[in-house]
Order: sequence, then C-alpha cells, then structure tokens
Amino acid sequence: MSGTLFLVQVLNGLQLGVLLFLIAAGLTLVFGVMDFINLAHGVQYMLGAYLAVAFYGVVGNFLAALVLALVAALAFGLLLEFLVFRHLYGRDHLDQVIATFGIILFLNHAVRLIWGAAPLTLPVPDFFAGTVVLMGGLLYPVWRLVIIASGLAVALGLYVLVTYTRLGMLVRAGATNAPMVSALGVDIGRLFMFVFGFGTMLAGFAGIMIAPIISVEPGMGTNILILALVVIVIGGIGSIRGAFVAALLIGLVDTLGRSFSIDILRMVMGPSPARMAGPAIASMLIYVLMAIVLYIRPAGLFPARGR
Amino acid sequence: MTAATLAAASRSRLLRPTRDVALPLLIFLMFALLPLFAWLTAQQYLLDLGARMMVFAVAAVALDLLVGYGGLISFGHAGFIGLGAYAVGILSAQGIDDALVSLPVAIAVSMLFAWLTGIVCLRTKGVYFIMITLAFGQMVYFIATSLAPYGGDNGLTIAARNTVAGWKLLKSDRAFYYVALICLLATYLLCRALVVSRFGRVLRGSRENATRMATIGFTVRRFQLVAYVISGGFGGLSGFLLANSTEFVSPAYMSWQQSGELIVMVILGGVGTLDGAILGTVAYLVAEEWLSGLTENWQVIFGPLLVLAVLFARGGLIGLVSRFWRFGHG
Repeated sequence: MSGTLFLVQVLNGLQLGVLLFLIAAGLTLVFGVMDFINLAHGVQYMLGAYLAVAFYGVVGNFLAALVLALVAALAFGLLLEFLVFRHLYGRDHLDQVIATFGIILFLNHAVRLIWGAAPLTLPVPDFFAGTVVLMGGLLYPVWRLVIIASGLAVALGLYVLVTYTRLGMLVRAGATNAPMVSALGVDIGRLFMFVFGFGTMLAGFAGIMIAPIISVEPGMGTNILILALVVIVIGGIGSIRGAFVAALLIGLVDTLGRSFSIDILRMVMGPSPARMAGPAIASMLIYVLMAIVLYIRPAGLFPARGR
Repeated sequence: MTAATLAAASRSRLLRPTRDVALPLLIFLMFALLPLFAWLTAQQYLLDLGARMMVFAVAAVALDLLVGYGGLISFGHAGFIGLGAYAVGILSAQGIDDALVSLPVAIAVSMLFAWLTGIVCLRTKGVYFIMITLAFGQMVYFIATSLAPYGGDNGLTIAARNTVAGWKLLKSDRAFYYVALICLLATYLLCRALVVSRFGRVLRGSRENATRMATIGFTVRRFQLVAYVISGGFGGLSGFLLANSTEFVSPAYMSWQQSGELIVMVILGGVGTLDGAILGTVAYLVAEEWLSGLTENWQVIFGPLLVLAVLFARGGLIGLVSRFWRFGHG
C-alpha cells in the first residue's frame, strides 16, 4: 500500500466520519435531551436525499434544491414530531422503538411508491465537479472535500452554539437533567421541538450532501442509522463532542479496515484465507470496537454528566 | 410487607384462571386444530404459515423472558436463531443429519455464545445493553457471510430435513408442524415455570430495582446471565426448527432487521406476558401475509398500524384482550 493510496483512504474515512457526525449529532441530542430513541432518524437522512433529487428536478439548481430540501425536511420532521413523537416522550423506550420502527417501514415504502424502487442520482454541482490532484499525482473528487469541509463547518458551528449561546446552555442542561430545567421555568416542550427539528435538519443535510456521490434508494437510511447508533453509543449518549470523536473514529476504522484488511491479513496467513476472512473482519471491526469500548467504559467515551 | 402477604401476592399472580389458563389454552388449541382446518378448506399454505409462526414464537417467547421479566432488551437475538440454524446446516453438510445430534449442538452452541457474550454485555445497562447485543449479533452475521465453504452470503441449502434416530419423522409437513407445536409448548411451559419460580421473582426484582436486589444479597448479574443463556438456548431451538422447516440457512436469518422484528413481535403482543409474545408473532406474520396479498408495499399500511398500536393500545394485544375481558365482565 502506497502513501497516496493511504491518504486517499484517510480522506474517504474522514468523509464517512463527518457524514456520520451530521446524523449522529441530531440523534445523540434527541436521545440525550428527550430520552427518546428515534430509530426513524435514518429515514430522515434518506428523505433529505430524495427531496434534494425531487427539488433539483424542479428548479435545476443544486443550491436552490439544497435550501428547499432543507426546509421541507425540517417541515416534515416537525410534522412527525407534532403527530407522533410528541405523544411518546416519557413513554417506555420499547414503545418509542416500535413506533419509530413503524415510521421506518412506512417511509421506506412510501418513497418506493412515490419515486419507484430504482436508484436515483443527483448530479454534482458544476462548480464542484471534477477532481483535484493530490500529492503523487492521484486524483481526488472535489465534492468529497466539500462534504468534509461542510461537515467540519457544521461541527464548529454546533460547538459554538452549544458552548456559547443561551440556547446551547439549555440544551446542555436538558441533556444532564431535563426535569430540573423544566422546574426552573423553561418551556421544555418548545426546547424539545427545537432540538428535534434541528436534528432532523442535520440528518436531511447529510442526505442532501451525500446524494451526488451515491445512488439514492429506499432503505439507504437503515444501515447508516445502525452506524450512527454505534457512534453515539461509543461517544456517550447526549455528548456532541463524543459523537464527533466517535464518528471520525468509526469512519476511519471502517474505511481503512475495508481497504487494507486483506493486505494486513496476508502478512499472517496465506492469500486465499486472507481474501475470505478479510471482508468479514473489516465489516466486523466497528462492532468489535464498540464492544471493547463498552466493556472498558460502559457509558461510552464521553458520558454526559448526571446520567 | 409480611411474608404472608408476599406469599398471597405471589400466589395470586401464579394463576388467574381466565387470563393465565384460558388464553394460553385457547392459543394452543387453535394451533393444534389449524392443520385440520387447513385440510378441510384445502388451504395447504396455512400449514406453512402456522409452522413459521410457531418457529418464530419460540424465539419471541424466549426474548420476552429477557425483555419482559429481566428488563434486558436484546437487539441481537436473531444471532441465536442463526447459530442454531447454522449448526443444523453445517452438520448436515458434514453428513450428520440426525436431530439427536444437531438439536443438542444447536442449543449448546447458542447457550455457549450467550454465556460468553453475556458476561461482556451485562456490564452495560439500558440503551448500551441494546447496542452491545446488536454488536455481537452483527459479528455472528458477518462471520456467517464469510463462511465461503458453507455458502457465504448466499446461504446453504440443506439436503434433507433432520432424521430422528434414523427415522424420517420431520419429512412430512404435518409431522413437522406438530413437532414445532410441541417445541413451542415446551418453551412456553418452561418459561412460564421459570417466571413464577424464585428465579423469576429475583429476575423481576432486578428489573425493578437492581440496587435494592443487590442490597438484599442477590448477585443480580449472575441471575441475568442465567436468563440470557436460557433465552439464547431457546433461540438456538428456534434456529434448529427454522433450518429444518425451510431446508435452507442464510446469514439473513441473523440480520439486525430480524432481531428488530422479534422485538416488534414481543412488544406488539404485550411485554412480560409470554403468551403475548405468541400472539404478537401470530399478528405480525398474519399482517405480513394478508397485507402483502393486498399490495406489494404492504409496509405502507403496516407501519402506521404499528404507530397507532403504540399510541392507542398500551400493553399490546394482551392489554387489549384483557381490557375487553374486563369490559365484558362489568
């Protein structure tokens, strides 16, 4: 494995990492602040991608489609909150699991009904199309760099928002002890709605940004949801910082594992068993990582205090 | 609370005639009569559907033992089904196709796996427990996909159903149906006996308040581990039945979606009731069968039904049944 190939895979890992962070940030906040397991968070990512494709078909401009899809994703998220989720706060986790599972089933197949089962594509915006030359003459798509940059920008924005604003203070307080915040006179219902809408929008944003480089299809949100759950559990539920660290960790471990597992295994075993075991071990790597982290720190790397 | 009132309370929980005797009797009676009904109406597929229900009900009842009585939500239970199924498949590929060997192996492998992973999983609580059981489930899943000699991703076809001491008992679908029924009945009765025993009370106690149970002097984690191992063993039994019913094993049996479906079955029926798990499995599979006949994207109808069930039918189907019962009796 050459240095350039390694660099490319590190960049790919970072890209997956920031994508996971965008999804996990909302998930961990909803979970941490409202004690609500939202399995439907993954389909909101899927919905973001579909809405972007749909709006792009109408307006033909990526930026406009991005804005419209964000607004629509937010509106839909708030609608779901109003219709369903609002009635499930404070209910048993199992009830939340089954209700959000029902929403997953519904939305996965509703998009199939509306847009068909065939994968859709979204073109990369012209301005960011093409590739840049990395050192060693290797080409790398610009759009992936844009995803990394926008993800890091969102992370920074979230950090400032959560650490330095009054709203962020309420969110942090809510993650630590929601009933106390409510007792101090904060309208916790409105706080919940804000956090929820914001999380939904971040997941939608992730879906929109990734849409140009993957195929948009029903069910695309389900596997990423499991990855995002792994991220927030490793990071510690309710912790944005934990989600960020864990997302990058998972992104890198998963991508590098898939790229180099066969090469590494070949150092210790013959080529054919290495080819057989390599992909399985690579897919397993993040779960092994999660099991080890939870064994050593049963509440994740950065547990929110007071839980 | 004195010892006498405790004893009375537990006795009153032991047997409530209508709820704890009539309902399970009714369920099992219907299962027993289903083949007759299928034969009379010449609807052979009902036999397959019924067998499928019982196969998954075995796993669902076992999961309810954990979820409903231990408060331990396992999101990797399909892994145990897969282990049991692969035990049958791999043994059969090696030329060993007698249930006297493959059934104990299927159960033992699942229990061993449950014991080893349970030690790690039970260090965590709540949502972290859900996720770590998912992690182990995914690990078995990916191991199965890498088993190239045994089909890898594509799964493995089993040449014939297991024999029982050389006798081709399971060959006929009807015989298999009744074997599955006996397995489900055995699972149900064993789990019922467990939850009303001292062991079950300790388990329920640690669900309600682990600290208090520890203070009274119980090693909570050891009880939970035993429950986890037992539940895993029944998962293996379910896998043994599944492999024999479909004559095929595949990594898809242990996907996390399958684990999720098992949880849905348990909650849909009513958590912590055991017979609810059976009802939930039946309802889930009937809905799947019926709605998929109506439209290809049947989940568009089923999804909202689940949401409505959560919002308006607290306590699952069992809750509905008992409310209806109470309503009928003033």
